[in-house]
Amino acid sequence: MSAVPLLQVQDLSSSYGRIRVLSTVSLEIGRGELVALVGSNGAGKTTLLRCLSGVQPIDGGTIRFGGHDINHLRASERVALGIAQVPEGRLVFPQLTIEDNLLLGGYGRNRATVSAGFTRAYAMFPILAERRRQLAGTLSGGQQQMLALGRALMSAPKLLLLDEPSMGLAPVVVERIFDIIDELRASGTTILLVEQNANAALALADRGYVIETGRIVLAGDGLDLLEDRRVQEAYLGV
Amino acid sequence: MLADFAQFTASGLTRGAIYALVGMGFAIIYNASNIINFAQGEFVMLGGMLTAFLFTTTGLLPIWLAVPVAIAAATIAGVAFYRLAIEPAQRAGLATLIIITIGGSVLLRGIVEVTLGKREFVFPAFSGESNVQVLGASIASQSLWVLGTLAIVAALLWWFFEKTLFGKAMRATAQSPLAAQLVGIETRHVLLVSFALAAALGALGGVLTTPITLTRYDIGIMLGLKGFAATMLGGLGNPFGALAGGLVLGLVEAFTGGYVSSGYQDAIAFLLILTVLMVRPGGLFGRVAMDRV
Repeated sequence: MSAVPLLQVQDLSSSYGRIRVLSTVSLEIGRGELVALVGSNGAGKTTLLRCLSGVQPIDGGTIRFGGHDINHLRASERVALGIAQVPEGRLVFPQLTIEDNLLLGGYGRNRATVSAGFTRAYAMFPILAERRRQLAGTLSGGQQQMLALGRALMSAPKLLLLDEPSMGLAPVVVERIFDIIDELRASGTTILLVEQNANAALALADRGYVIETGRIVLAGDGLDLLEDRRVQEAYLGV
Repeated sequence: MLADFAQFTASGLTRGAIYALVGMGFAIIYNASNIINFAQGEFVMLGGMLTAFLFTTTGLLPIWLAVPVAIAAATIAGVAFYRLAIEPAQRAGLATLIIITIGGSVLLRGIVEVTLGKREFVFPAFSGESNVQVLGASIASQSLWVLGTLAIVAALLWWFFEKTLFGKAMRATAQSPLAAQLVGIETRHVLLVSFALAAALGALGGVLTTPITLTRYDIGIMLGLKGFAATMLGGLGNPFGALAGGLVLGLVEAFTGGYVSSGYQDAIAFLLILTVLMVRPGGLFGRVAMDRV
């Protein structure tokens, strides 16, 4: 419709106590784009996503979603606007059933959205349908990741934030997760993908940002970054 | 012989029911916030005292109206306590919040002491002072009110936590507050509702047992402690564990009082808790914290 990017982050800063974790981070994500954010451990990737979701206070800068400043919005209001996150470490609700985990993913949504969400999640991950009455804590790591993804999709988000979806998973499962991310992009979901697995993330992404000690140090097309000498040396171990 | 046993069982269950109601309140708030709310016993006191004030002392309301009004007032006090004392200090850290709850309990007790006085209050049993004969034991009709209500409350709570969306959201918040926020659950509301529920449960307990035990401005101290013990025994963070823990605690006290000596009943009850916690640190029905990586 308009050329306004779906997400615009300008000069965002955030700290834990006195330790500054993000300094003047700026980035943009257009509608339908898959953007990767890569960087080493502790670079501030997770903090950035938490700021976007409204669960981490910011010191300065602005976050615009669909052109509107959302700095002052609470986490629940941002979910209502269409920002969903799959957190690092998955964080499924272990003592709730798979069905209830998904149900809560659609918290605050109307019946139609929730029922469409169930259909979609179960179609995408048949294993979840099979085990819908089982407690989420009994699932394997890969299945929990699928559940966390399904839960985030229940709210029919406009922007999906993925924090290290491949972490701690077997290679074959990682491949499956990346396939799913590709499918989601193809279906029009805008995605910000945070990964330590820079290779896979950049190969898949339309564009990428490299973050180092809380600052964006490089930005460009995914494939260009993948071939960038500095990126190769720092993150790809080439 | 059998009559004694039945008598002690009935009195233990009645006594345990109040510990259970207080203990469930502890567990609900702990679940939502990791706070041990040491003001919990004061809501028991408020429920009984307000009912006595509205019905016996002033005669403002008939008993069937005084009871819900007193419970509602205690619930509002619980909500106000959360909004005025806990929420503003939310970032202060757990130890501070727990100390605030102790301060809150002193304040509530003080207000009631100053306004209603230090004497004991009572109102008549709901179905009069009649007794029911069971297996040779003579059980006060009020005990049946206590146990019947506890059963209904437990069933309602189960339904709330297992079947309603908000109940599930409360459990989700207990399991992972961050993930709960990320799916759009307003965790402030979860906390508010926990404080309201806990206050209502406590007040209900106070209303039910006052005809049996009488009430006074300071009964919340001991009941809070016993309720906390019930929660620890059953497993902190599990309302239904607290329910079982409360009943077990009540039974142990009654049997000790009956078969040994009433002078030892508290000592043996607390000894039992210490032993259980040494063998099963998570409590009888608690789960040991475990993360799957």
